[in-house]
Amino acid sequence: MTAAPPGPVLEVTGLAKRFRADRAPVFANVSLRLAAGEYVAVMGESGVGKSTLLNLIAGLDRPDAGSVCVGGAELTTLDDDGATVLRRRQMGFVFQAFHVLPYLTVAQNVSLPLDLLGVSRQEVAARAAAMLTAVGLGSAAARWPRELSGGELQRIAIARALVHRPRLVLADEPTGNLDPRSATQVLALLREQVRAAGGGGLLITHSLAAARTADRVLVLSAQGLEPLA
Amino acid sequence: MKAQVRLWWRLWCAQWRAGPVRMLVPVIALALGVSLATAVQLVNRSALAEFEQAARRLSGDADLVVRGPVAGFQEGLYPLIARVPGVAVASPVLELHVTLADRREPLQVIALDPLRAAQLQPRLLGELAGERRAFFAPDRIFLSARAADTLGVRSGDRIEVLVGSSRRSLEVAGQLSAAAYPRAVGLMDIAAAQWRLDRLGVLTRIDLRVARGADIDTVRAAVARHLPPGMSVAAPAVDDARLASASRAYRVNLTMLALVAVLTGAFLVFAAQALSLLRRRPALALLRALGVTRGGLARALAAEGVVVGLIGATIGFMAGVALARWMLGAVAGDLGAGQLESLSGALIVGPGDATAFILLGAAMGGAAAWLPGREAATQPVAQALRAGDASAAFARVRSWRIGGAVTGTGVVLALLPPVQGLPVFGYASIGALLLGGVLLAPAAAGGLLGRWPAPRAAEARLAIAQLRGSSARTAIGFAAIIVSFSLMVAMAIMVHSFRESFIAWLDQALPADLQLRLGQGGGSATLDAAGQEAAREVEGVARVEFRRSRPLVLRREAVPVQLVAMEIGEGGVPALTIVKDGGPVPGTPAWISEAMEDLYRWRTGEHVTLPLGGGHTLAVTIAGVFRDYGRSGGSVVVPRAAYVEAGGDSAANEALVWLHRGAAADVVVAALHARLGIGEALQVRTTGEVRERSLRSFDRAFAITYALEAIAVFIGLLGVGVAAASTALSRRAEFGMLRHLGLLRRQVVAMLAEEGLLTGAIGTGCALLLGGVLSLVLVHVVNRQSFLWSIDLAVPWGTLAMLSAVLVVSAAAAALIGGRAAAGGDAIRAVREDW
Repeated sequence: MTAAPPGPVLEVTGLAKRFRADRAPVFANVSLRLAAGEYVAVMGESGVGKSTLLNLIAGLDRPDAGSVCVGGAELTTLDDDGATVLRRRQMGFVFQAFHVLPYLTVAQNVSLPLDLLGVSRQEVAARAAAMLTAVGLGSAAARWPRELSGGELQRIAIARALVHRPRLVLADEPTGNLDPRSATQVLALLREQVRAAGGGGLLITHSLAAARTADRVLVLSAQGLEPLA
Repeated sequence: MKAQVRLWWRLWCAQWRAGPVRMLVPVIALALGVSLATAVQLVNRSALAEFEQAARRLSGDADLVVRGPVAGFQEGLYPLIARVPGVAVASPVLELHVTLADRREPLQVIALDPLRAAQLQPRLLGELAGERRAFFAPDRIFLSARAADTLGVRSGDRIEVLVGSSRRSLEVAGQLSAAAYPRAVGLMDIAAAQWRLDRLGVLTRIDLRVARGADIDTVRAAVARHLPPGMSVAAPAVDDARLASASRAYRVNLTMLALVAVLTGAFLVFAAQALSLLRRRPALALLRALGVTRGGLARALAAEGVVVGLIGATIGFMAGVALARWMLGAVAGDLGAGQLESLSGALIVGPGDATAFILLGAAMGGAAAWLPGREAATQPVAQALRAGDASAAFARVRSWRIGGAVTGTGVVLALLPPVQGLPVFGYASIGALLLGGVLLAPAAAGGLLGRWPAPRAAEARLAIAQLRGSSARTAIGFAAIIVSFSLMVAMAIMVHSFRESFIAWLDQALPADLQLRLGQGGGSATLDAAGQEAAREVEGVARVEFRRSRPLVLRREAVPVQLVAMEIGEGGVPALTIVKDGGPVPGTPAWISEAMEDLYRWRTGEHVTLPLGGGHTLAVTIAGVFRDYGRSGGSVVVPRAAYVEAGGDSAANEALVWLHRGAAADVVVAALHARLGIGEALQVRTTGEVRERSLRSFDRAFAITYALEAIAVFIGLLGVGVAAASTALSRRAEFGMLRHLGLLRRQVVAMLAEEGLLTGAIGTGCALLLGGVLSLVLVHVVNRQSFLWSIDLAVPWGTLAMLSAVLVVSAAAAALIGGRAAAGGDAIRAVREDW
């Protein structure tokens, strides 16, 4: 959406999070640098804090220590509104459960981020149509989500995550609800579209197969992020 | 089977744990409705039972009662009746209301032959067995405990009564206990009463006991053959029925209003259940997938409603009994009409009451849960297991077609006549129109939303899209508003119309400066010619128009009609609100109230003979029909000159007084009191005072109506709140996703507020429209058939605008409050939940 500033898309430094003072931190000293065009997968055991890390990167939760820099903007210093506006402009999301609004058509779902950014109607229509074509659903623009398969719904979610050309795409188990064939197609599409948009992509997954579609695979533990051995 | 019940119980309890408030609201709503219905029913029944019991105490063990005109009949008839074969005991009775010199309310006096009455009214006279001698004394009266208490007198005291224009003094000889007779009454020897109260040779009733072995019907037919026109013989039950009929319309209307509260409560069960099932759709589909049959699921879901109904109705019944007990103590069971009053405060709760009301609640709850349960049970399992399927729920219910058919039925029902004097089809019409409106509203709202221009702001566009797309949720939201508000609109229009018509009627009926009345309710006091002349001569009085007003029995089982003899000028009767003018008629003209037209089927131009009592009659021709809000039993207005000529009664008990310009009303009022010397029984009030008192009585009569309606609306608003909160809760994941996409928290809240505002505005619009239609049925069908008078439609625009604004804001606020909670931190975590 905005002109890409020089430097990394995402820079996470010394991030730590603890939910209760009497408990051990979920993780500490997590650092990560994501360059433009780079697509990184984060793996880890259940409960290790993958989703917490994603929330902190998205500005949906506050860290106990460390910083999160998205497109050159320090997220941890922003208030809720500031973080939300940054998310609106610079980030795209793909969820495991699709979260496609049932009361909007396919095209309207894809247009949501552009609507939020106040893009003109003509441009919204053109960009949503182009994005749908890019994910192979050009003919489904006027259809309702309930008429589509799980794989198709996730394609819509990917189109929605990328239509406003975000600097960073965050995908949380995007293939968790899909069959292997659809999962393979969706992962390929996601990677391809992230690269085409020129931003960075962070894939949170349990699946080694899914992780291997990324440029780099990192493993999250209580001590931080380590490259997959 | 047992295992399945256990499973459902576990799942149902889990719902209570997950959202106790959400589950409790329909229970409370139903309990409120049932408590009101219980209280109204029990209070009315207890007061009526006491009334009837008192009436039966007066007729005692009589098998038949002979009655004549209110003014009475000649006692020469008595020996004829007593000698009819099959009559074992005949007891002559003189029943009259005497005006007390220092009180406005008259005292009912029953004059009996104690020797004969002892055989027929043993409980009434048993206590006086030792005081027969006192009973025969000419100026003695025995008072019931209630009468003595009200008048503040004891044995040995004297009370002053007005007979015509003269005063008579009676000594209180003793008291009857409340057990013998609970209401206010005075007992006298019949000969003494005939003499002291100027009713020589007159009886009003003969109580008969049929000889053992004789057939009552045969005896009745034999007695009837001896009776002149205007008299009848019937079982005492007919008189009970007349007592009940006097207040029946009001009681039935109150009961219907209380049932509206139950229905609104049941609707809330429907709304809560429908929304709960939308939320539980995938879980229910899972149960189907695991082997629960379609029928089993439908039955279990309906049973949830039955259980809610049982709990709500049980609580409601207990609260209703407590409320009824309080009402009998606080307002003596008079729920506003002033026709029924319980003096003992004894509440009658029959063994079947609890069963009936609790079953009613359970049935309502089950019926309310049946439709959403059936819909949920018949959903295709595979589809329902998928995300976002809730938007397709209820899609198969072609509500507009059924709604159209039900509305059409409602219109037809409104055109049907009353059943035994009750607007049964009118109420059915209101129910059908309400249901039809609720079913048509989603289609109407959908059409409106489809044409709604797309707003610029993203959250507003989302709000409209959500309302368009989530037809089931939107429909429930609309329905909650329509059910609560349309009835309120209809009631507001009806009451306003009635009040406006009542004011117009009062203004027309009170053309003079002062109104003069002697006593209330047809007492014995009148002004003779000298008294009338004295009133005319009072300084400041420009003109006096005297009237004679007295009850007239035209039909034994009906409430007596009021005959009003008044001066009729060249231009007709300006004090009457004429609704049908028959023009000039031959002979003596008479004008009848609308109730007379309905009850007696008299028509303009028809010749009628009015029995004036004492063998006198007045032949009249109906010249027109007028509106009379003062006498629901019917009234007839005749020229006073013709009345005096026909019956020789030149006395007056009402008058309109015009003052000279500049004369001070209070000075003239004081002068009239001083000149006529009647005391408190003489009421002289300014027109403004009468108007103010009448309007106060009007508002009091409708106070309970307002209260019941307010509670129904409160229940409806609870429904709006529950619908909003439940909807917001089930959309948490959606809000979480929107927050991920960059929608600010306040934008999510604004989106919900806009949804609430739109739902409120469209729902209120539909409710106003439907309420307007319902008000037409209330005004022209229910009111007309219940109370036998017409009212002109008048819309309280200001009140409706204010109420609409309150409702729209409430709907938006409910959505806002529900949304704020749902759009909080949990919403972000909710995106990880599968839909």
